[in-house]
Formats: sequence, structure tokens, C-alpha cells
Amino acid sequence: MEGLISIRDCEKKDLEEYLKLAEKMEALLKSGKKIVDNKIVATMFFEPSTRTNMSFQAAAKRLGADVISFNSESSSSKKGESLIDTVKIIDGYADVLVIRHPGEGAARVADRAAKHPVVNAGDGGNQHPTQTLIDLYTIKKCKGEIEGLNVQLVGDLKHARAMRSLVLGLAMFGARITLVSPKGLEMDREIIEEARGRHKADIEELNAIDLSDCDVLYVCRVQKERFADQYEAAKVQHEFRISEEYLENAKAGMIILHPLPKIDEIPEAVDESPMARYFQQAKYGVPVRMAVLGRMLGAV
Amino acid sequence: MKLVIVMPLSVEKIENGTVIDHIDAGLGLKVLGMLGIDRDFGARVAVIMNVPSKKLGKKDIVKIEGVALDSRKSDLVSLVCKNATINIIKKSELAEKRQARLPKKVSGVLRCPNARCITNSESMETEFELDGEGMRCAFCEKKFPASELV
Repeated sequence: MEGLISIRDCEKKDLEEYLKLAEKMEALLKSGKKIVDNKIVATMFFEPSTRTNMSFQAAAKRLGADVISFNSESSSSKKGESLIDTVKIIDGYADVLVIRHPGEGAARVADRAAKHPVVNAGDGGNQHPTQTLIDLYTIKKCKGEIEGLNVQLVGDLKHARAMRSLVLGLAMFGARITLVSPKGLEMDREIIEEARGRHKADIEELNAIDLSDCDVLYVCRVQKERFADQYEAAKVQHEFRISEEYLENAKAGMIILHPLPKIDEIPEAVDESPMARYFQQAKYGVPVRMAVLGRMLGAV
Repeated sequence: MKLVIVMPLSVEKIENGTVIDHIDAGLGLKVLGMLGIDRDFGARVAVIMNVPSKKLGKKDIVKIEGVALDSRKSDLVSLVCKNATINIIKKSELAEKRQARLPKKVSGVLRCPNARCITNSESMETEFELDGEGMRCAFCEKKFPASELV
């Protein structure tokens, strides 16, 4: 069984299969039935994570698998062990390896080094394929379909790996994509050109948020640490803050997603709005990751 | 009487070997680097720089004595200069003329310019694949024009 390293490796039918499996996993969660026995999932997180790490662990346990975890702070990587050696060793202990690493391409290295399937849980600013599956699943659950929807991606599109993966995923499903980002934090041209070239994506780039024709507003935080001038960072952050006034002009039925953590780009008051679906989106992390792990373990 | 010493700049013809022609002026030494030619390379090698050229204005030429570059090595030259031509000389005759073209895959030769790429922090071979007009890192998935990789 192959791992899941990058959305760029996938075709639409692969993503559709995961989304169908996630639906089944939701039913399985309700039933409380376990479908995996005597299998071990290793989560190897070389950088901090709350949602991704815990939802992978929860997904493995809900399936019935055992979980072994890796703490990079106390591991041999701190002693200078190579990533390849660490992966080969843990590959001997587990049936699936889930890896997050700051190095771009680290999951690909792990995939080549391991005999068991590897799942990329985020490699630097490169890819986050399971987040894309969660995003697509949430849109499908909330809106019924993805094709033809106007999905507006707002924020720091340059550094957010979730957005790089998502643009390709949305393009495969035929969504209309609108990109809105502060100057200098635009999405890489290369990703836009790839989405247009490979998937004939309909992509528009705007300087300001326009919710009049927006079906899905997907917000990610402006990464203040990337700015040399914190005054400029605060200005940009304010400009891209989703205020309640903004939402008054929103298209009926629009939903708001966010990969979380959110800082102040969405005011707390918006959390109570029926448009806010980001907590629901985070919760879908479990059935979606059950689908990925279940498939890798040969249980579904 | 004044002694006049004439030292011709031209380089002698080779009987057997490779002549890499039409290299953009200034890139001849980079071609040597790409081919891994250094002081430990067994054969005699000449780099002639800034040669007048009708096509390019000025060009560099590399001559390698006794070694016929194979297609894989010839393709590496294109990473430095896409216009270069590779002439294989046998018994003082032109035996084969090749146009350099970007290789489908390059392993271990290039360094990924992306500082965050795992290949720059792990001890491992790099790998690039041809993608349209550029080369894509097989690990960090970033695409670069060939000129940025040399």
C-alpha cells in the first residue's frame, strides 16, 4: 500500500475515494465498532502540533489500532541521528508512520526509507494532504458539492502549506478559486500555474476581500513573524480581519473555514455565527484520518 | 636585436575526444564543474573563453581529449547552457554531433536552492525531474529554471 505524501501525487478519483471512506468512518464512529486489531500507528512529530497530532491519534484509536508516539525533544534526532535512520527504526515497530517535519520533502524521504506506508502530516511549507481532505470533506458536507463553488482563500497564502495543497485539491474538483492575500504574501505563481495547467483551474486573484459571490470563505492567519516591521504586520492583519460588518454583505449560505489555530483574524463573536464551520471542520479530522489510516492498514 | 616570441592562443585540434561548442561566454568553467572535471580528471582539457562567434557574439569552447561524453553527460551540459552542441571526435573526424537537451532526471549532481528542502539538512542525494521548461526537486516539489540549479 502506498502512503499519502502529496496532493500532487493524487488524482481526483483518489480523493473521492478518501471522501467516501470518511463518510463510512463517520458511521463507524457512531456505532463505536472497531475494525482494526493488532496494528500499530506511529506518530512522529518533529515540530509542535495539537490538532493534527491528536486527531491522528484519536483516529487510530477509534479504528482499534494502538499508537506509539515520538517526542522530538527527547529523541535521538536531538543527538544527531539522521531522519532516514530514525524512520527505518520506527518502521520496524509500526504498521503505518505519520510524520510531521519542518524540512520540505521530509515525508518523501521517510516514504522512500520505510517499508510501511507513510502519511505526511505536514512537511515545512510544502504539503499537508490530510488537511486538504478534511477541507474538501467539510465543504462537501456543508454545501453538498464542490464543483462550481466560489471558494475564497484569504490570508498568508505564501507560507501556508494547507493552502498550497488545497488549491490543487479544489482545482481537481472544479471549484472557482479566488485568492486574496497581502502584498508579498501571495501564493507561489508555480502552484497557480500548475493548478491552471494540470486541472484547468478557474483562479482569480484579488487585493481585497469580496464576499458578494463567495460560497466558502477560507481564512488563514497572517504570520506576523514573517514581517520585519511589526507595525506593517499589524496593519495587514487588521486589513484582513474578518469583521462582523464584512459578513453582513456575505452571500446567503456562505460558510467560513479555517485550518486553525486562529489568532485574531476572526473575532470570537463570529464563532457563534451559523457561517462559522471551523470547529466542525477540525472535528472532521478524525473520520477523515480514520479513512486514511484505515486504508493504509488494509481495514477498509 | 629585439627578440620576438610568438605564443599562439589557439588550441591544437584533438584526434579523439569531445568538443563542447556554443557555450555562452563565461559559462565554460561551469560546464567543467557540471561534468565533474577537476585536477584529478585523467585527460587533458582546454577551456577557451570569449571566442568570437557569429551566432552568439562571444562564446566559450571546451575540449576534452580522449573522452567521448555519453548522452547522459551531454544532457548535463544543457543545465548550464541549453544552446551548447556536443561534438564527438574520432580519428580527427566529427563522428557525432548532439544538441544538449535537459535531462529527464538528475540524481546527486545538483543542490536544491530551497534552503528549507530536506536535502539541504540530511546527508542524501538530491534528485530533480524534468517538468516542462524547468527541473522539479523530487523532495520539496519546488520547480526551478535550470539556470538556478548550477
